[in-house]
This record gives sequence, C-alpha cells and structure tokens, in this order.
Amino acid sequence: MSHSQAPAVIYRHTWLDTVAAWLLALLWILPLAYAFWTAFHPSDYAIRFDLTAPWTLQNFRKAWDAAPFARYFLNTSLLVALILAAQLLLSTLAAFAFARYQFRGKNIAFALVLVQLMIMPDILLVENYQTMARLGLVDTLFAIGLPYFASAFAIFLLRQTFMGIPKELDEAARVEGASTLQILWRVYVPLARPVYTAFALVSVSFHWNNFLWPLIITNSVESRPLTVGLQVFSSVEQGVDWSTITAATLMTSAPLLIGFILFQRQFVQSFMRAGIK
Amino acid sequence: MSASSSSIAGSGQRSIHAWLLLLPALVLLVAFTHWPAVATLIDSFYSTPKGARAAVWVGAENYQAMAEDPVFWQAVRNNLWFAAATIPASIGLALLMAVWVNERIAGRTFVRMAYFTPTVLPMIAVANIWLFFYTPQYGLLEQVTGALGLPSHNWLGSPSTALGAITLVAVWKEAGFFMIFYLAALQTLNPSLKEAAAIEGASRWYFFRRVQWPLLMPTTVFVLVNAVINAFRLVDHVFILTRGGPDNATTLLLYHLYEVGFKFWDTAYAAAITVVLVVVLSSVALFQFFVLDKKVHYQ
Repeated sequence: MSHSQAPAVIYRHTWLDTVAAWLLALLWILPLAYAFWTAFHPSDYAIRFDLTAPWTLQNFRKAWDAAPFARYFLNTSLLVALILAAQLLLSTLAAFAFARYQFRGKNIAFALVLVQLMIMPDILLVENYQTMARLGLVDTLFAIGLPYFASAFAIFLLRQTFMGIPKELDEAARVEGASTLQILWRVYVPLARPVYTAFALVSVSFHWNNFLWPLIITNSVESRPLTVGLQVFSSVEQGVDWSTITAATLMTSAPLLIGFILFQRQFVQSFMRAGIK
Repeated sequence: MSASSSSIAGSGQRSIHAWLLLLPALVLLVAFTHWPAVATLIDSFYSTPKGARAAVWVGAENYQAMAEDPVFWQAVRNNLWFAAATIPASIGLALLMAVWVNERIAGRTFVRMAYFTPTVLPMIAVANIWLFFYTPQYGLLEQVTGALGLPSHNWLGSPSTALGAITLVAVWKEAGFFMIFYLAALQTLNPSLKEAAAIEGASRWYFFRRVQWPLLMPTTVFVLVNAVINAFRLVDHVFILTRGGPDNATTLLLYHLYEVGFKFWDTAYAAAITVVLVVVLSSVALFQFFVLDKKVHYQ
C-alpha cells in the first residue's frame, strides 16, 4: 500500500480552519473563563479587567460559610453512590437474564424495559411525588434516587455486552462446577468492565447535575443535593454578591470539572460508548 | 422420554431463575415508569382532590381547561420555538466542531476540551454563569455592547429577547455533547474514502456533502432524537434565568407543568399536561423506531 504518499493528495485543513476552530473554542470557553475571573478576584474586580488584580480565595470562603455546602456535598455524594450501586446491581442481574436465558415472555419483558427509554422518570413528576408521599419518603435522599434505580439504559447496554461474550467461557466455568451467580460474577462482570466504567461516568455526571426531581421531592437542608442547594443559595435576594455566587457555582461543579480535566480521554470515550448503541 | 421431561422441568426452572433475576428491576420500572404513566392518564380525567373532597370523574374537563389556558398555549409556542432553534443550531455546531477536532489542527486537545466542558457542568451552574453574563450594566455582554456604543439592553428582562437568551444557553451546553458522537463516527470512516475523493479531484465541500454527510446519517438520527427529547426535558436553566418570565415569554411545557403541579398544586390539570408531554416524547421514539431507522442507510 502506498500509504506514504497518500498525505500529499489528501485535503489538508487550511490555516483558516485552525483560526476558526480556535475562535469558536475561545468564544465557547469565554463564559466559564469570566466566571473563573470573578470567583478568584475581590468583588471590586468582578467587572473590571485588570491584570494586576490580586487573587483571592475569599469568595469561596464566604460562599462556604453562607450556606450548608458541606452538607450538600455529602448529600450529593451519598445520592450518586447509592444510585450507581443500585443501578449496577439491578441492571447486571436483569441484563444477564436477557442475554443468557430463554424464557416465556422474554420479548414482552424486554419491551417493558425499553419503554423507560422514551418515558423518563423526569417527566412523571406528579405521580411519582404522590407515590413517595404514600410511602412516607418525601424529603429523603432515598426518594430522590428510587425512581432511577432501575435503568433501562444500563440494562440495554449490559445486555449487548453480555451477548458478545463467548458462551464457551461460560461452559468452561460450568464444567468446573461454578454456579450461575459465580459465573456472572467471575466471567461476565470482569469482561464487561469498560462498559461499567462508561456507564458509571455517565450516571454519576447525570445525577450530580440532576435538578428538577430533587427540587420537588426535597424541602430541607438534610436531603437537598448540591444543585438544589445552589439554586436556593443564588435565588435568595439577600445581598449576596456576584463574586460569592460565582464561587459557589464553580465549587459545586468542581468535582466533575476536575475529574473531566484529569480523565478527559475516559470521559469522552465513555460518553461515546454510552451513546453508540 | 424421561430425558425430555427432565429438560422441560429444567427449562421451567431456568424460566423461574430468569424471572427472579429480572424481578427487582422490573418491579421498580413498573412502580416508577409504567404505573405512573397509566395513573397520569387516569388522573387527568378526575378533579384535583381538595381537603376532604375526593377526586371525582370530570371527563375531559381538564383538557378543556388546558385548551382555554392561554399560558399553556404560550408554553407550547415557546417550546416549539425553543426546539426549532436549539435542535438545528446545536447539531450544526456539533458537526462543525467534530469536523474541526477530527483534523490535525494545532492545539486540538485544548479546542476539544473547550467545546466539551459545558457538557459536564450542571445546568444550574451553567445558568448561574450565564445569568451573570447577561446581567444589565455589569454583565460581560453589556460591557461588550457598551464598548461598541450600542444602547443598554436587558436581555433576560424583555419578552423579545428572553427566549432567545435561554436558547443560546441550551445550545452552549449541548453542542459539545453531540460533537462527541459525530467525532466517534468520523473516526470510524475509512480514510481511503478521503484519498479516493481527493484523487478524483472532488472539492472538500463536495466530499462532505456526498460522502461524509450520508455516512454520518445514523449518527445524525441518534443525535436528532436526543436533541428533540432534550428540547422538551431541559428546563433547569429557566428556574435560574427567568422563572418563565417576563410575562411567560420563557415558560416551557415542563416548567408550566412544574408550576401547575407544585406551585398551584392543581394535580389533575398537571396530569393532563403530563399526558401531553408523554405523548410528544413517545411519538418521537416511535417515529424514530418505525420511520427513521428503516430509512436511514446503515453501513
């Protein structure tokens, strides 16, 4: 193959492409850069751009003291971990049944699972609120997570992966006397690890950022996640200045933002993998 | 004979195993997706229970109220406008970004990061950042327009620009997300296609239009369906930026549902609005399943 001479005829991107791509990138990062500037400078410099302006962490300290952010961080972390654990466990079991068992009603059951891909719990707020009220769970972390524990998306993704695992591995383990659950745990789960990572990243970022359902189902500091806490903090007109609000905003996004910058490749690949069905 | 009966017994046992494995997930799905969807439909034909007065059958009264509710129609118009603006803008930008990032331009890693970063931020945080950006007099936007000698304008405060302002925020948040899928698809395209087209002397635009774009069609369908769903589901930023105002200029359907259901506590009417949203979202999914997927050319 004459790969070595191919580049000569391929269209090369022009310098114009590079300039335009960079312009858009700068424009795209501008609102965030502006927020950074405001959060790390005294409020007098919030709208004045002076390269000699002193840097400060005062705004973060003020935000941290002005609202129970420590509690909100704890709530969100617990919530995200709880949802992810439940999703991984339930969808692994269900996906295994769909991938490796033949049983009556399988197609109907699978269709029932797929319904959740089009009618998401995010829309069924009114009824789910009433269900939680009946169960006496309103204003608990458990209630925020419960509607998301069974994830059609995770079941679908894992089923595809499990179906791609050669049956011979399965049979070899069976010959050695392993039980079904042992096979699932020792053969299937380890081989599907990249899919688990991908789903975990997508799930964690979705639930870290989720807002409307937590807003409705919580009404106290003890159960409020970060997003709702941030909204309460920034909508109360109590003379909180912009620098503090921006600091709080960056603070709540920091774990995901830092995680993304450190593990950019995994993030991008996870989102890709999760999207391509 | 004994062999076949034991295999039937075995398959029966395997069936039970399978259902046991499915049970926890199915119970939760039924409890929080199927049942509420059905219950919403039923509740939409009853009145809202108030105090000691239980809900009574009212037929289509809630739907009649909906038809006569000017805010509902405004929300429908706003949502259609919002969808019609965000969907093509975010998909078009995503495609452009993906094509650029797929080339070996200088500083590609930074450029890709700049495009993708808004996607990982919570929408509430995004809205806070843009609220400051749009603030009259202080905001960056005002400073730029002010420097250009343009008159001061309250972008979120005037009905004529508020919807456009929240649309821009949604595009900013979503374009980078869709870019990822285009980028993944572009990377799987065979590089010899590009060589062949170049040897044939095809222009770059021609190559994009006749080769890349058709091959990206499955990705476009996937992204399109997600964009439509998001256009009816993404309302977090409305809570921070405008709260549906000024004068309902930025009330989207799901926001209206929230106000009716959880501010006015008119749960019956809220159920009727939910039914409308469910119908919209499921027709998008069914349209994708029965029409688009059959027409799209897969590699």
